Amino acid sequence: MSWNLLSINDLSREEIESVLATAAKDFLDLSKRDIKKVPTLRGRTIIDLFYEKSTRTSTSFELAGKRLSADVINVKSGSSAVGKGESLKDTTLTLNAYRPDIIVIRHPHVGAAAFVSRFTEAHVINAGDGKGEHPTQCLLDIFSLQQEFGGLDGASSLDGLKVAIVGDILHSRVARSNIIGFQKMGMKVTLVAPPSLLPRGVEAFGAEVAHSLDALSGVDVIYLLRMQKERHEGANFLPSMREYISNYCVGRRHVGKGQRVLHPGPINRGVEIEGALADSGENLILQQVEAGLAVRMAILYRLIVDNAGAGAVTTDESRTAGAEVKNIRDIHAVG
Amino acid sequence: MTATIAKRGTKATLLIRDVRVLDPESGLDIHTDVTIEKGQITSVARQKGDTAGIQVIDGSGKLLLPGFVDLHAHLRTPGREDEEDIASGTRAAAAGGYVAICAMPNTDPVVDNASVIASLTEIAEAEARIRVAFLGSISRGLMGEHLSDMWDLAEAGAVAFSDDGRPVFDGGLLRAAFQAAGTVNLPLSLHCEDLGLAATGVMNEGTVSAQLGLTGIPASAETAAIARDVEIALYEGGRVHIAHTSCARSVDSIRAARDAGAHVTCEATPHHLLLTEEKVFGLDSSFKMNPPLRNEQDRLALVQALAAGAIDCIATDHAPHAVQEKDTPFEESPFGVVGLETAFPMLYTELVETGAVPLDVLVRAMSSRPAGIFSLPVPAIAEGAEANLCLVDTESEYEIDPDAFAGKSRNTAFAGRKVKGQVLLTLAAGRVAHNIL
Repeated sequence: MSWNLLSINDLSREEIESVLATAAKDFLDLSKRDIKKVPTLRGRTIIDLFYEKSTRTSTSFELAGKRLSADVINVKSGSSAVGKGESLKDTTLTLNAYRPDIIVIRHPHVGAAAFVSRFTEAHVINAGDGKGEHPTQCLLDIFSLQQEFGGLDGASSLDGLKVAIVGDILHSRVARSNIIGFQKMGMKVTLVAPPSLLPRGVEAFGAEVAHSLDALSGVDVIYLLRMQKERHEGANFLPSMREYISNYCVGRRHVGKGQRVLHPGPINRGVEIEGALADSGENLILQQVEAGLAVRMAILYRLIVDNAGAGAVTTDESRTAGAEVKNIRDIHAVG
Repeated sequence: MTATIAKRGTKATLLIRDVRVLDPESGLDIHTDVTIEKGQITSVARQKGDTAGIQVIDGSGKLLLPGFVDLHAHLRTPGREDEEDIASGTRAAAAGGYVAICAMPNTDPVVDNASVIASLTEIAEAEARIRVAFLGSISRGLMGEHLSDMWDLAEAGAVAFSDDGRPVFDGGLLRAAFQAAGTVNLPLSLHCEDLGLAATGVMNEGTVSAQLGLTGIPASAETAAIARDVEIALYEGGRVHIAHTSCARSVDSIRAARDAGAHVTCEATPHHLLLTEEKVFGLDSSFKMNPPLRNEQDRLALVQALAAGAIDCIATDHAPHAVQEKDTPFEESPFGVVGLETAFPMLYTELVETGAVPLDVLVRAMSSRPAGIFSLPVPAIAEGAEANLCLVDTESEYEIDPDAFAGKSRNTAFAGRKVKGQVLLTLAAGRVAHNIL
């Protein structure tokens, strides 16, 4: 596995399959035991640095680290020096001085995780950077699809599986990672949204684009996105939310036989997903949450074991972890 | 004289031997000697006689050009002297071959009344290494609501008016500004941007912004604003200079307005002529500027328009920022890059050496043409002229090193580039402003 997990593009298809095989083999059943803990990462330190609100991602990363017996520290922007005006660079340098093994970061700005990786020797996991990417969500979604559509071993191919990603694609880091990741796994992706909720230049992703829910009829998977209402304030992306709902809210009537519905959460009942569908067996939403824990355990574990002895340098020349740390030390040494 | 320079030190007396002299304005392109005595060019001819008592510079393999003029620099005085001041900004400009630069009025306080311009002129008299001229703002406090003291500013020496950094959003105010500026016969330099279209964008809107998840600034934010502003200029008969043109369609609408009789000039920056949005893939804030780097089609249109003379001049939009402000995630970082020290070498290397733009066209676009737009003295290499010139090495290659900059800030988009065209010597108003010989 790569040194950091900043983008789903950091992993090849083979690496994705390998990490997810670890999740299936070693960690999926752990949660079903009475003693839900293994000593794998005992003595390791993981810092979860969250600059945005999160339930699923922060809970599952914390739980994943703890179940692997790592020491897990949660730093939230509201209760840290960030509120005193500390820059992301200085916060990272400070945390790096504690010599963590992994820093998990969620931040409202694109590229924040990559930025952090410049100032730490720890492995950095992007847990969502603004509208940029959310690679661990992508991995757990692929895992959920493997579990649902694959063989019993959970590892069989998703080649040719048709998936429609529906809703507020413009504002979605989940969409960005999933469009890339799903295609990497051989799936056929169609994006379904009104033009105003698709980014200009969307053709760069090489996915099909449709503007009506009619496009759902031929797919195997309907992937719904949360309507990011907080990003709509003051702008006119839609004539009205009511009209969006009447044209794009997905209900049970849109879901055909054998089709499955995914949603990264949190859901807006009655906006992008009707309540009845959210409560039905056709959706895999809670399986996704469960998969999230196992997959994040596998990512934490593999980042450390695959890179053991590698030193803070990746084989990927474009990203040299901690590239600027040494410089900074030099400056301090002079000062 | 509206441009100010510190009158410190002695006027230069020297002989530059065997140099290629290029002054496109007078049609001069010869290998000869140039004699400068007490700051004045006294001879542009071979010197055979005694050179005792005069400093001799070997100009062989070098190029002597009329000094450059920049209509668009941010010198950060008053308010952000930690990023740049008049001393450091003019030092940087001299290192880039400039002999005159024009400072934008978006300072703190804003240059919106005569007292600010008077105080800036006083500072310039003490510390400006080359001529520096000041623009006054169009609106009071750049708020876009009321006109600044435009006539007082003109009286105090303003060379043009601009709300640069912000567009004049209210068409009625822009109309009034054309009328007021016309009374004192000065142009408006306009930052054309429809703020509703630009919204919260941080880079060009297109395939790169889609992939990165960054909010885009559509080309229409510029092109629609230019189309409106040139229409108002045409109707009012006003003189308008379009700042930092970045899109293919912008050039089209400027050409059309000119054909219709509007008094329109425009500038393009080295970064828009040489770089595209692809640079933003690395999320390096050195490539964050407003207007943003556009696509290759836009860039090529700008280069062609420059070669054809439709883009009147090069302007740097030199925008110094403190390291700690640029060393942040892309979205948090301020817009802007420095440019005075890299403009000529970058353009020479990437446009002239590649054959895209003839050397004489580039030199005019950096010297006589901008000077004419703001009615500044036109640098010339001719007997009797004050020495405003630069000596350039077009043969040796060097690497652009931000740590070696003469200015205070390091936020360049060209770090590490290997270029030719290093400026070795600059004489401004007859004095040595830069010398690394």
